[in-house]
Amino acid sequence: MSDLGRPLGGDPSGVLDETVRVAVPIVLIASVFLLFAGHNAPGGGFIGGLVAGSAVFLRYISAGATAHGGVTRVPFEVLLGAGVLLSALTGVASLVAGDGFLEAWTFEEDLPVLGTVKFTATLPFDIGVYLVVLGLAVAVVASLGREADEDLAPVVEPDEVER
Amino acid sequence: MTLLVVVHAVVALLAPAAARPLGRRVFLWTLLAPAATLVWLAGHLGTVLDGGAIEEAHEWVPGLQLELAFRLDTFGALMVLLVSGIGALVMAYSVEYFPDRPDLGRFAMYLCAFSGAMLGLVLADNLLLIFVFWELTSVTSYLLIGFDDTKESSRKAALQAILITGAGGLAMLGGLVLLGQASSSATWSLSEILADPPTEGAVVAWAVVLVLAGAFTKSAQVPFHMWLPGAMAAPTPVSAYLHSATMVKAGVYLIARMSPAFADVGLWRPLTAGVGVATMLWGAYRALRQYDLKLVLAFGTISQLGFLVALLGWGDSKLVFAGTAMLLAHALFKAALFMVVGVVDHQAHSRDLRRLSGLGRRLPLTAAVATLAALSMAGVPPLLGFVSKEAGFLGYLDASGTGSNWVLAGLVAGSVLTTAYTARFLWGAFAAKPQVEDPIGAEVPRPPAAFVVPAALLAALSLVGGLVTALADELVRPAAAALYEPAGEYHLHLWPGFTLPLLLSGVALAGGVLLFLARRPVAHLQSGLAVGGGADVAFHAGYAALIRGAAQVTRIVQPGSLSFYVSMVLITFAVVPGVVLVRHLEVPDGWVWAESPLQAVIAVLVLVGAIGTVLTRRRFAAVLALGTVGYGVALLFVVQGAPDLALTQFLIETVSLVLFLMVLRRLPDRFARRRTRSLRVAHLGLSLAVGAAVFGLALTSLAARTDRPIGEEMSEVAYPEGGGANAVNVILADIRAFDTLGEIVVITVAAIGTAALVRAGRPPRRQEDVGVEEERTGAALDPADEEVRT
Repeated sequence: MSDLGRPLGGDPSGVLDETVRVAVPIVLIASVFLLFAGHNAPGGGFIGGLVAGSAVFLRYISAGATAHGGVTRVPFEVLLGAGVLLSALTGVASLVAGDGFLEAWTFEEDLPVLGTVKFTATLPFDIGVYLVVLGLAVAVVASLGREADEDLAPVVEPDEVER
Repeated sequence: MTLLVVVHAVVALLAPAAARPLGRRVFLWTLLAPAATLVWLAGHLGTVLDGGAIEEAHEWVPGLQLELAFRLDTFGALMVLLVSGIGALVMAYSVEYFPDRPDLGRFAMYLCAFSGAMLGLVLADNLLLIFVFWELTSVTSYLLIGFDDTKESSRKAALQAILITGAGGLAMLGGLVLLGQASSSATWSLSEILADPPTEGAVVAWAVVLVLAGAFTKSAQVPFHMWLPGAMAAPTPVSAYLHSATMVKAGVYLIARMSPAFADVGLWRPLTAGVGVATMLWGAYRALRQYDLKLVLAFGTISQLGFLVALLGWGDSKLVFAGTAMLLAHALFKAALFMVVGVVDHQAHSRDLRRLSGLGRRLPLTAAVATLAALSMAGVPPLLGFVSKEAGFLGYLDASGTGSNWVLAGLVAGSVLTTAYTARFLWGAFAAKPQVEDPIGAEVPRPPAAFVVPAALLAALSLVGGLVTALADELVRPAAAALYEPAGEYHLHLWPGFTLPLLLSGVALAGGVLLFLARRPVAHLQSGLAVGGGADVAFHAGYAALIRGAAQVTRIVQPGSLSFYVSMVLITFAVVPGVVLVRHLEVPDGWVWAESPLQAVIAVLVLVGAIGTVLTRRRFAAVLALGTVGYGVALLFVVQGAPDLALTQFLIETVSLVLFLMVLRRLPDRFARRRTRSLRVAHLGLSLAVGAAVFGLALTSLAARTDRPIGEEMSEVAYPEGGGANAVNVILADIRAFDTLGEIVVITVAAIGTAALVRAGRPPRRQEDVGVEEERTGAALDPADEEVRT
């Protein structure tokens, strides 16, 4: 597997690059769909976040960590922090509203034009989870991916000792 | 009262923003908080003086008896007056004390936060709430002592202070919990407990010892006193406010509150009297050896705190009265003296009494203020310090209980020393010393009037309180009565007549002056008697031993070998349930190997993947084989009708594969071959044991079901309560949302930690990072520099 000794990305044929260019937006849309559908169908914040994260990985595999674009431009600390903050604040909001901490509440109303709208407080919570998982993926690419790409020195062959 | 604490918090939080336009006048902003408190106090003083207490309670954590319960009685009113009154003066003083510097907003924030915490402490009526504020004062004190965080000595002093007061605080928490459980109060209200104190039993006896441990560490009693001289590393306003007038009085405050109810319990009285007198003597003795004016005052404060503990701990109504008066007197004169030292330091840039000379002539107003306050400290008539000390002597003359005469003798001896160090302080700061080489004094500029006014105000109060004793009397009498119903009419007297207390005061003054005049032989004697640094050296030795011990334990349990860690985890897993399973293995009824042929096929796939993972020599192949196991399990989830789980598992497998790819690039192609045969056999045995344990555990837990699965109930409530048809999601985001919140926090910490670890292997970006680390490690092992200075 000598291929592993070089940075990922930089597909000479360009096929992978083109595929990824088309696939990434679709995957991201799918991830958001899963996020919103999750309350009643399979999906949710965690799964949606993982799907979005795999879009980040796809882009990394095709173009390497230094290729910036879309969501990876946001520092992962911001994604992680915003996610935790949003989830925690959802809990605090329920507390302020008089329920217990993180007690979900539902809003269901017939609105003009939109028809029946149903909103559950678990949604912002789930969005927070989504952001954290996505942040994890960006963090992995930024640290493990980028740092490794930058100084991928030739690996010294087996003198490691396993105790 | 909750509102007052909130006001302090808000004002403190806004201080850094306010500092940007205001500069050093930010202290006028934070002054708003204590000023508001004083206005509030003035509004309620009438009610309180008429004998009523103002109470307020909000629910906080009812399950833990933690309640936001506040109570203002007359003693509390006196404490609030000290906390907010001196707080306001110290803030006004800080405007002049500090030069304009960018981090002043942070300092003002800490100072105001401390003020709020201390206010909460003296108002709190719930045992656990007292602890919360108690610790908050420790934390803010830590931040203030370590404010100059580029100085190693500041950081060290701050750490020492929080370790000692924190350890004492934990002991006190234990004592408070024991006390709360032994009491009949359902809400653990301090006032209820004091009204009907549990005094029987060994538990209460231990509880009071633990509470005293907290009070002694906080109030710098021997042998826990050594953090207080170190705390002088903080800017002088902090010394004047926290480390003389208020925070160090927290222990005294608690002793004052509790001694009327608990003085007869267990070791209370011997401990408070013994430790108090020992502290008074030792602190004053050490004050005589200091050359830094601030350290003279610091050891003097230790001594005076011992005096207060001895007075208030005895649990006698007359002594409680005297102690309350002394509490007031000490706060007034000691805060003033620290402010004076700050003025001297600010103008002369030195606090070394061996070099200051002739300052009295250069700074006459400052010297006059200092003299007034110092005379009050020494107990010279007609100042408040004298009046209070007289009351204390009288109290111990009349006190019942064994050993009261010994305590009195100790207090008189302590007063002799007090007079001596007071003289040393005044002489050291202001006297003209012709024999000094290279003196500081002739060119010292005069301070602006606003700089001296706060100290002058406090000194003037010391004078007025002594001259017009009726005024001080009106303040002290009701405050003391709130602690202990007096057995008769007690009053402060400026002129008690020719009585024994007056004689004792005379002895204290005369003896002290003699001791000061004989300072050369005394200094010789003291350096002859000196034996190392005592408590301070013991603290640092103990601290270093703790660090060394921790390092050794870490070396044993964390050898840094991944296979060691994994083996430990697996051995634990195989042994702990395994031992039980060997005897209690059960097979559920109606157990089948597979429900469908598809399951069997997937199972074989998983097994092949697992075996392949173990057999292959190449890392990449092992990762792929491991992926087969994961995808196989995901397929099983699909077959069983768990789409959420299956989806998650597929995604995790995919993501893990990418992760492996990233890491594998930096690892050798093949696994190392250095394993011995016996090790391989051991690993095989362990794997089989873990496998058998998992299998047995799964079987047994299926067979052991006694109730219907919780999953059914969760599915039932998912839509009506959580508003979602997907039960898994409702569980994650609603029913067990707290767990999920915890998990995303873990993910966040892990992600940031990974990023930091990956960067840690690379050369540091700035060279000084390494230097700071080394300096810190060395610092922990050094003995205190306090002895070096003397």
